[in-house]
Amino acid sequence: MTTNTLAEPERSPSTGLLAIRADVLILISGVGLVILTMLLSGRISEYYFLAAYTILQFVVLGTAWNILGGYGGYINFGTAGFFAIGCYTTVVLIKLGPMPLAVSMAAAAIVAALVGLGTGYLTLRLRGVYFSIATLALAIVLQTLVINWTFVGGARGIYVIRPAVSGIFSSYVQLILVMMIGLTTVSLIIARAVERSWIGIGLAAIRDDEGAAETCGVPSLRLKLIATTLSGALMGLAGSLFPYFVTYVDPATAFGLPIAVNSIAMPLIGGTATWWGPVVGALLLGSTQQILTVTISSAANLFIVGLLLVAFLIVAPRGVVGLVRDWQARRE
Amino acid sequence: MDVNWDLIVNAIVTGIVLGGFYASVAIGVTIAFGMLDIVNIAHPAFIIVGGYLAFYGRDRFALDPLVSILVFAPLGYLIGRIFYRGYHRFFESRGDESLQGLAFFFGVLFVVEIGIVLVSGVDYRSVETAYLDSSLSAGFVSVPWRMLAPFVIALGMLGGIQLFLLKTFTGRAILAVAQDFEAVRLIGADPIRAKEIAFGIAVGTAIVAGVLLIIIQPIEPSIAREYIGRAFAICVLGGIASIPGTLVASLVLGVAESMTTTFFGPSWAPAVAFGLLLLTLTFKPSGIFGR
Repeated sequence: MTTNTLAEPERSPSTGLLAIRADVLILISGVGLVILTMLLSGRISEYYFLAAYTILQFVVLGTAWNILGGYGGYINFGTAGFFAIGCYTTVVLIKLGPMPLAVSMAAAAIVAALVGLGTGYLTLRLRGVYFSIATLALAIVLQTLVINWTFVGGARGIYVIRPAVSGIFSSYVQLILVMMIGLTTVSLIIARAVERSWIGIGLAAIRDDEGAAETCGVPSLRLKLIATTLSGALMGLAGSLFPYFVTYVDPATAFGLPIAVNSIAMPLIGGTATWWGPVVGALLLGSTQQILTVTISSAANLFIVGLLLVAFLIVAPRGVVGLVRDWQARRE
Repeated sequence: MDVNWDLIVNAIVTGIVLGGFYASVAIGVTIAFGMLDIVNIAHPAFIIVGGYLAFYGRDRFALDPLVSILVFAPLGYLIGRIFYRGYHRFFESRGDESLQGLAFFFGVLFVVEIGIVLVSGVDYRSVETAYLDSSLSAGFVSVPWRMLAPFVIALGMLGGIQLFLLKTFTGRAILAVAQDFEAVRLIGADPIRAKEIAFGIAVGTAIVAGVLLIIIQPIEPSIAREYIGRAFAICVLGGIASIPGTLVASLVLGVAESMTTTFFGPSWAPAVAFGLLLLTLTFKPSGIFGR
């Protein structure tokens, strides 16, 4: 099995010190991005804000996917389903009345977490592949539900009116970009904490050999459920901002192929063993797509992502992070 | 309550005929997933390729869709064998099949889907033949030939594969691979070659199912994804590796979907397979024919 090399944690004599540094680094980057957003607002085209939002959304989705998929080895094909749960939770709340963003985000996280927990509870006791198949089908059944639910617009979709902004924000795009930066920061800190805690170590053991891990007393079902719930909640959170971002939501977009595909392709291309692998993948693929969408069609765009995914899986199964590590090892 | 028996009987008959077609969709998953332990979620991609092959065969060369099966099924078999060789070399022999292999099939699934979008667009494609337009009627029950022909072909295909598996040396080797990979070597068969042949057969059936699909209804590229849930639901319900189980489970799903369509509307039908899958996984993961 190659999984031993996959699971290699960052070994360093000063792990404690390094641990603080990476967290602080994530936090500083987050704060820096927020300040940059506030300073640049009104000075550059809003297109850049929208592009930055899209890329960060994929950082969150890739990171969320990786908590279960990368650390635990359980593939979730239904990212779009969890994303859409968050999305439509917001839509339902908006329809019920004026709703603070924080409330709809919290509700989206809770609903998506519960669906993750439920799906996990029903299928995670069986072989891992059943969970994957169930998530694949979950997205389809949720889409069927939404298409038949006229309250949230059905197949036709629904328009969302952004509330007016006041205070320090000058536009709504600026506000949701700042929220997305915050969400990205939180996701990365959570992912990193999971990776280094007993949860991450247990998940790595499950990924390498679930039977052996259980024999050694790893509570595999509990760990997998924690990961599924956490991962689902983060995907739901990413989705909860989406209606305000696009202002028009329909099932075809919320359950769209780009979300399902990118959230798997980005961690796998970046590297699944560490928290920064999905970040590398999302930044690389996300910015490439933003540039490509301007020049070629979105279908051709997705086609390239798919080919890259297949190529990386064949040639570099440990992603960009693995390539960098191999290169470092060769230099030493 | 006033029960409309005509409606119910028609729904059941339609469901059985539809279920027969579903058997042709699921048999490849039963072989690949159940017998070979290859989680080929790209199976529906091969189905949709089959559909488009039939469309272009009809469109460019005036090839009758039913006749075209004789051309495209062997082609699918060859593609499947080549595909398995690559999969074995890059994933199976590395021991990476669980995570990377599954993601690989997912990649293939949507590369094919988007590839078809790029080549053929997102318009619906269909094949028309005069003899398939009529219906077979008996009393108040009426079944169109474009559903009945696929039903008959699917049943024939399942019967043929079952005979091949039970009666020939290669077929038995494939069944043996499903039970004990290493022991196959002891009886003098090459397990990798047995898997390669079986995977070829699985992809061949997917191509046939695709041709049958475009006979039944117009197709567009994203339709493939609806069949993932169906194929795996049938496979699991049928006990994963059993061909009779696949047939029975297909008929169950067909009737359940047909009843749903009749009484709740067609937009609910895609959810039936998932419900069935979850129920099976929750209450009887070994399926109705499981050991």
